[in-house]
Amino acid sequence: MAGIIGYGAYIPRSRIRVEEIAKIWGADAPSYKRGLGLEEKSVPGPDQDTITMSVEAARKAVKRAGIDAREIGAVYVGSESHPYAVKPSGTILAEAIGATPEVHSASFEFACKAGSEAMFVCLCQVESGRIKYGLAVGADTSQGAPGDALEYSASAGAAAFLFGREDVAAEVVETYSYTTDTPDFWRREYQHYPRHAGRFTGEPAYFKHVLGAANGIMAKAGMKAGDFTYAVFHQPNGKFPLNAGRRLGFTREQIEVGRLVPKLGNTYSGSSPLGLTAILDVARAGDRILMVSYGSGAGSDGFIFNVTGRIDEIRERAATTRQMLDTNRVYLDYGTYVKYRGKIRRAE
Amino acid sequence: MRDVAVLGVGINKKWGELWEMSLRDVFVEAALAAIDDAGADHIDSMYVGCMSGGLFAGQEHLGCLMADYLGVKPIPATRIESACASGSAAFRQGFIEVASGMSDFVLVGGVEKMTDVSGDEATYALSSASDMEYEAYHGITFPGLYALMARDHMQRFGTTREQLAHVAVKNHRHGAMNPVAQFPSVISVKDVVESVMVADPLRILDCSPITDGAAAAVLCPLETARKLSRKPVVKVLGSAQASGAIALHSRQDLSRLDSTEKAAEKAYRMAGKSPADLHVVEVHDCFTIAEIMVIEALGLVERGKGGQAAESGMTSLGGRIPVNTSGGLKSKGHPGGATGVAQVVEITRQLRGESGDRQVKGASTGLTQNMGGTGGSSVVHIFGVV
Repeated sequence: MAGIIGYGAYIPRSRIRVEEIAKIWGADAPSYKRGLGLEEKSVPGPDQDTITMSVEAARKAVKRAGIDAREIGAVYVGSESHPYAVKPSGTILAEAIGATPEVHSASFEFACKAGSEAMFVCLCQVESGRIKYGLAVGADTSQGAPGDALEYSASAGAAAFLFGREDVAAEVVETYSYTTDTPDFWRREYQHYPRHAGRFTGEPAYFKHVLGAANGIMAKAGMKAGDFTYAVFHQPNGKFPLNAGRRLGFTREQIEVGRLVPKLGNTYSGSSPLGLTAILDVARAGDRILMVSYGSGAGSDGFIFNVTGRIDEIRERAATTRQMLDTNRVYLDYGTYVKYRGKIRRAE
Repeated sequence: MRDVAVLGVGINKKWGELWEMSLRDVFVEAALAAIDDAGADHIDSMYVGCMSGGLFAGQEHLGCLMADYLGVKPIPATRIESACASGSAAFRQGFIEVASGMSDFVLVGGVEKMTDVSGDEATYALSSASDMEYEAYHGITFPGLYALMARDHMQRFGTTREQLAHVAVKNHRHGAMNPVAQFPSVISVKDVVESVMVADPLRILDCSPITDGAAAAVLCPLETARKLSRKPVVKVLGSAQASGAIALHSRQDLSRLDSTEKAAEKAYRMAGKSPADLHVVEVHDCFTIAEIMVIEALGLVERGKGGQAAESGMTSLGGRIPVNTSGGLKSKGHPGGATGVAQVVEITRQLRGESGDRQVKGASTGLTQNMGGTGGSSVVHIFGVV
């Protein structure tokens, strides 16, 4: 059965606290922290972007899988912050890990679910036998306009997964997608920051699709919440994934391991994929995992994984997600943050 | 003038963020419920109360739109606008039309679809009920205006921060028994006084929410209602409307609602009733301070004593005069133009004895008070079971 043979995460060192952002905008930090369930978020360095973070995560995935990168038949990068409007991210990534030239490459975009789309297509390619290995990455240096609620959550990170049919560490038991045209969040060409429809992004957007996909995949697989060791949902803030989990019948314990958002922020295309890497870091043989992404616009992809004994052999080969999240942090002031994010620019 | 009865009332199944419904769907659901409740086989004329279909939904010409989608063309249908008093102003037009003998069955509805725009756009749309040139364009919004009124009331009468909170606490306790309520949650004084500051002294839990919703009623001559209705017949005993200064700076007294006092005086006289005769009252608590000022203007308490009413339990269910048994604007929700008609729905059901857990036992006389802006328009109706 096809599945994940290697995985890797990357979270930049820089962080900014909710208080630091709230101070600038005269906002009430405690109410933001309580309302959004956020404490701080990761910030990409001035020399980092979606591609550099994808390379970091992909190298860990290749290292864990222990394969020859030249055998990777597909390199897909899902992001809404591809550094180039025209020029693929995947080609740079494929060169950096040594997968070129016999490789198919594509960039995916679907707001926050571009990463799970890349995973889905990679899996299909591998299952069909057309390629031996496929690499899927979800990565973002997400944008939040100054002073907007998104500025407290929009963060940076990447998660990479290698799919194959042998030495599988997490078998894909089932997949399911739930998609409608629901414009809750968008960014048009030439616009620097996305726009969103406020509270409309909640019930009719996030919850409708996340719950729709979760219920759909569990019905398809004949499973219920109690059949899973872990569940990870797209995490735009601290509250939404907990609320979704509760409504689906999951316990806080099932959700907590993959819920990185209070300290990480919303890594958009990397959000639920990064949560999955944190779960794989601690999962044991026989554990079952539900993952449901969400992308505005809108849709959710669901995956059910069965963890195998192989996980114990590959886990230690690279740094864990929690290690990157909880150690080696550098806290930025707002001025440095806006410089790093290109919100202010040096005079020419 | 003919005597007029409320033959039927209707409201949406639920108020709140009705994402799956458009402006017309929201209205039609409530209107059909009212027609069903009335058991009427036709209506002759209709009025639609709506504060700002234009700014909230980009839609004007609501009389025609709603008559069309309700399936009642070619009857005359007109939209009535009087800011947040639009619903009760529409109801009053329906009353006048039946009383005059011009029509027998008149549908009055109120509707607002407020959540299709962002919070900033909603704030702007609501501001248009204030004096735009002299208030809004200088930067003040409704929470700020009511905060000024609250400050004045607190300084002059010693009304406390906690007394304001008791209004919200009481209305949420009532709203928790109303299946339609947008926020049927029970809250504490501590929750209110620690909630996010909006405009000092008003915090978020002092403010009514942004709501999608509609309500409707069918009016007919009293004699017809006696023949048709199998339910207790609710008569419109008094109907009055008054205008005051639109802007706060034009008023002699910031903590006095002249227009409500005037409308109440006329309605009491027309009904032959006094405040002591009332058993249940629905008032316009768009902010906690508003309920305090309104119950003073209605003569339910002495001037300056409004703050103590909710605190002492006098205006709670079981108290001397229950106010806002529906949950009020605070807990049930405040879809601008629908609010005034929804108050009529609540009082009609109370007088018929249909209010379940929140029924005021033996209620036979009730009052509704609905206002626009900071009280520039006020409409008061008094109802009785006959």
